[in-house]
Amino acid sequence: MKHLKTILVAGMMAMTIAALPASASPGAHAAAAAAGATTPTPGDAAINPPAAGAAAAPAGAAAPAGGEAAAKPAAPATPQFFKPTPGIGQPDGGIHIQPQVTAIGQDARWMHDVVLMPIITVICLFVLALLLWVVARFRRGANPVPSRTSHNTVIEVIWTLVPVLILVVIAVPSIKLLAAQYAPPKADLTVKVIGHQWYWSYQYPDNGDFEIVSNILKDDQDKARGEPRMLGVDERMVVPVGAVVKLIVTSDDVIHSFAVPAFWTKMDAVPGRLNETWFKVDRPGLYYGQCSELCGARHAYMPIAVEVVSQEQFAQWVAAKGGTIGGATGSTDATAAQPASTPTADTAGAASNEMATPAPAENATGTAAPTAQGATGNQGN
Amino acid sequence: MTDIAATPSAFHADHGHEHHHDADHKPGFFARWFMSTNHKDIGTLYLIFAIIAGIIGGAISGIMRAELAEPGIQILTKAWPIGVGSVATLDEALHHWNVLITAHGLIMVFFMVMPAMIGGFGNWFVPIMIGAPDMAFPRMNNISFWLLIPAFTLLLGSTFVSGGTGLGAGTGWTVYAPLSTSGSAGPSVDMAILSLHLAGASSILGAINFITTIFNMRAPGMTLHKMPLFVWSVLVTAFLLLLALPVLAAAITMLLTDRNFGTTFFDASGGGDPVLYQHLFWFFGHPEVYIMILPGFGIVSQIVATFSRKPVFGYLGMAYAMVAIGVVGFIVWAHHMFTTGLDVNTKMYFTAATMVIAVPTGIKIFSWIATMWGGSMSFKTPMVWALGFIFMFTVGGVTGVVLANGGIDNYMHDTYYVVAHFHYVLSLGAVFGLFAGFYYWFPKITGKMYSEVLGQLHFWIFFIGVNILFFPMHFLGLDGMPRRIPDYPDAFAKWNGVATHGYEVMVVGLAFFFINVIWSLVAGPKAPDNPWGDGATTLEWTLSSPPPYHQFETLPRID
Repeated sequence: MKHLKTILVAGMMAMTIAALPASASPGAHAAAAAAGATTPTPGDAAINPPAAGAAAAPAGAAAPAGGEAAAKPAAPATPQFFKPTPGIGQPDGGIHIQPQVTAIGQDARWMHDVVLMPIITVICLFVLALLLWVVARFRRGANPVPSRTSHNTVIEVIWTLVPVLILVVIAVPSIKLLAAQYAPPKADLTVKVIGHQWYWSYQYPDNGDFEIVSNILKDDQDKARGEPRMLGVDERMVVPVGAVVKLIVTSDDVIHSFAVPAFWTKMDAVPGRLNETWFKVDRPGLYYGQCSELCGARHAYMPIAVEVVSQEQFAQWVAAKGGTIGGATGSTDATAAQPASTPTADTAGAASNEMATPAPAENATGTAAPTAQGATGNQGN
Repeated sequence: MTDIAATPSAFHADHGHEHHHDADHKPGFFARWFMSTNHKDIGTLYLIFAIIAGIIGGAISGIMRAELAEPGIQILTKAWPIGVGSVATLDEALHHWNVLITAHGLIMVFFMVMPAMIGGFGNWFVPIMIGAPDMAFPRMNNISFWLLIPAFTLLLGSTFVSGGTGLGAGTGWTVYAPLSTSGSAGPSVDMAILSLHLAGASSILGAINFITTIFNMRAPGMTLHKMPLFVWSVLVTAFLLLLALPVLAAAITMLLTDRNFGTTFFDASGGGDPVLYQHLFWFFGHPEVYIMILPGFGIVSQIVATFSRKPVFGYLGMAYAMVAIGVVGFIVWAHHMFTTGLDVNTKMYFTAATMVIAVPTGIKIFSWIATMWGGSMSFKTPMVWALGFIFMFTVGGVTGVVLANGGIDNYMHDTYYVVAHFHYVLSLGAVFGLFAGFYYWFPKITGKMYSEVLGQLHFWIFFIGVNILFFPMHFLGLDGMPRRIPDYPDAFAKWNGVATHGYEVMVVGLAFFFINVIWSLVAGPKAPDNPWGDGATTLEWTLSSPPPYHQFETLPRID
């Protein structure tokens, strides 16, 4: 109960802050801290380590698949550029659709918030009002003798045609939205997303075809890095801001679903099929999603984290992964120039952490926060 | 009664002497309840079965809500009645979650709502309402019911054998391949599939029986356009069952052969396609949701007319709206598959077709209100349930319109918004219809009056409880929470906590239901033939309460 209360308060704080201009970084910090303080529940410690720890097995087994990337000794550290922004790219406990950072998402959210929600609310209230009216007006006490009316063609035609008109009003923007979703501009980058039981891997065929394997973090690692519990991953999918990213989504075992709510993106990963979708994110930052198709025991434990970074940061990240940009081999020296933050105790100092110096203000990265990388123990690289 | 072979009069030779003997003679206990050919007894068996299944399915959802009350895994690691001892490792505990959601869905759909709606109320009142002495095929009626027993046993039994990661079938009620084929070793999923085969066969036989009965055994003067709307609803439902269930049977048979005999219908590595299974499943699955709700429409129509003391407004529109819903219900299935990689034209078509269903549904809502308009309404327990049904079904219906938009569904698909939507139309729609029908016909079935006070308490507490339970799920869905997860990011904690409290309130409401049933059966006052007054015009109210063991020896004549 006490736990529930603190969550409630933190959630409300987060909501309030999300409503403020994004530059209110001290406030955002406080909210993140409050959320962090409420994160652990008594059962978590016992339960989550096996979840993440056991995930080492499949990831390890999959490492040969991404062998090329994994084998490169030149990538000891993955630069991570952003910390999560409260209220953006992750759930905030509110009652609304997550803020959208793609044009498609903004259109769709507008469609939902401005077209659909008002219409369905009015319909519900209308039906409720009619019900209350008949209950009050035509109760036995108020109307002892019932009428025998059982037909009225005019009104029957009206209540058939009016819904049809309402549906047409909905259908026009709806069909337009669908058309827009299926009309991607020319892709700047292709990422192949592969679902596995129970983790994601991402291949970058345009950048030397390296693969990164993305596993859930343990609760204490999430806490140490200031990431939301159950959403943080060890290796994020990284894409450049403003680029049209084509996703080729598939699976190597059962059906999964790649979903990032803030992008309005959801595409099933079906074994034997290459499903294509796309997004173009205009705002740098870190965005979370979760697998959205039941895929077995650890369905809840294969989150998605997409980091949208500047072109320079993307080049730096690709280089750290041993990939190439535009045919040129990326230099791993680029990463070494970045300041390293203080490793936290539980990471054993194995990783040198990269914090983005040019982080946008809304990311509340005033200080070198103790994010840590490489502590999951389930990665070959 | 000499040497001449059977003439009709031979069968009725005893009439003159012992009329009562024929009309109300009941066989001994075993013959009556285990070898029954009496539609009313079989209906009673169905209702008892559905209540037991509902208790089990509802208890499973209680375990789920308890686990979801707070972030983290709290109780899956403990042993629970379904799949006892299956939780030695964390993965087995997590698999156990999937077993719970699977069992909850399958039990509520196949062993609670369908048996209660069609087997229970349909069996009891379709023959009576059309003035028939019994169903067309009484023995087939019996086997329809008794197929459910092994089916339910197989489903419950499947939770005690290996389903791959742990004990039980953890595939979800949709049994999607390849999670249900290569993803689930062990015999558990085979047992669950066989359970569905049996339940499906039961429903197909029942559907044949209803269609034959309604088309051939109506009393003189009972034309199709004079049939009560409940009979219309069961007729449409029976056609949906007859056309949809064989497709399910085919799909799950292909699952079985994929699992056991090396076929690759749904395995891409052998030339099959996992999405094919989804097309087949939802070709059944979408009509299935109308199978669950249409009889509820019928029940609500009867009740609204009865307690408004007015005939149903726009009777033909109401009847053909159900027909339209049934027909269109067959051509909208892929709206369950908007994220599987459909092409844009397919998505546009299924978006448009799905929204069309809102039109006949709207006709029904407005016609119910128009039936009450100008009426002289009393608010007995069945009526408050029916009123609750109308409003809650509207809420569930409009979120269906939101989900129908393929472009919007990209966000909503497989989130709690969908869970909220289908629980509003089923848990607050179909189940409200069931409770409405239960209170409406309880005096007729048992001959005892229920307690009006307990009935009203049941309604109001249940109504508040389910709304606290399911309304926050809209928020969770909009905030992005996926379905079918036992643990969630902490931001979802608030509304999940609220939902779990709603479950607790709902259980209190249900307690009043069970107290009411027991009290009424033990000490309820005797019910008159027609407790509802002159608004109740259908034939069951012309009979005694309970009706004679064999009714309508002389067929009634409908003007």
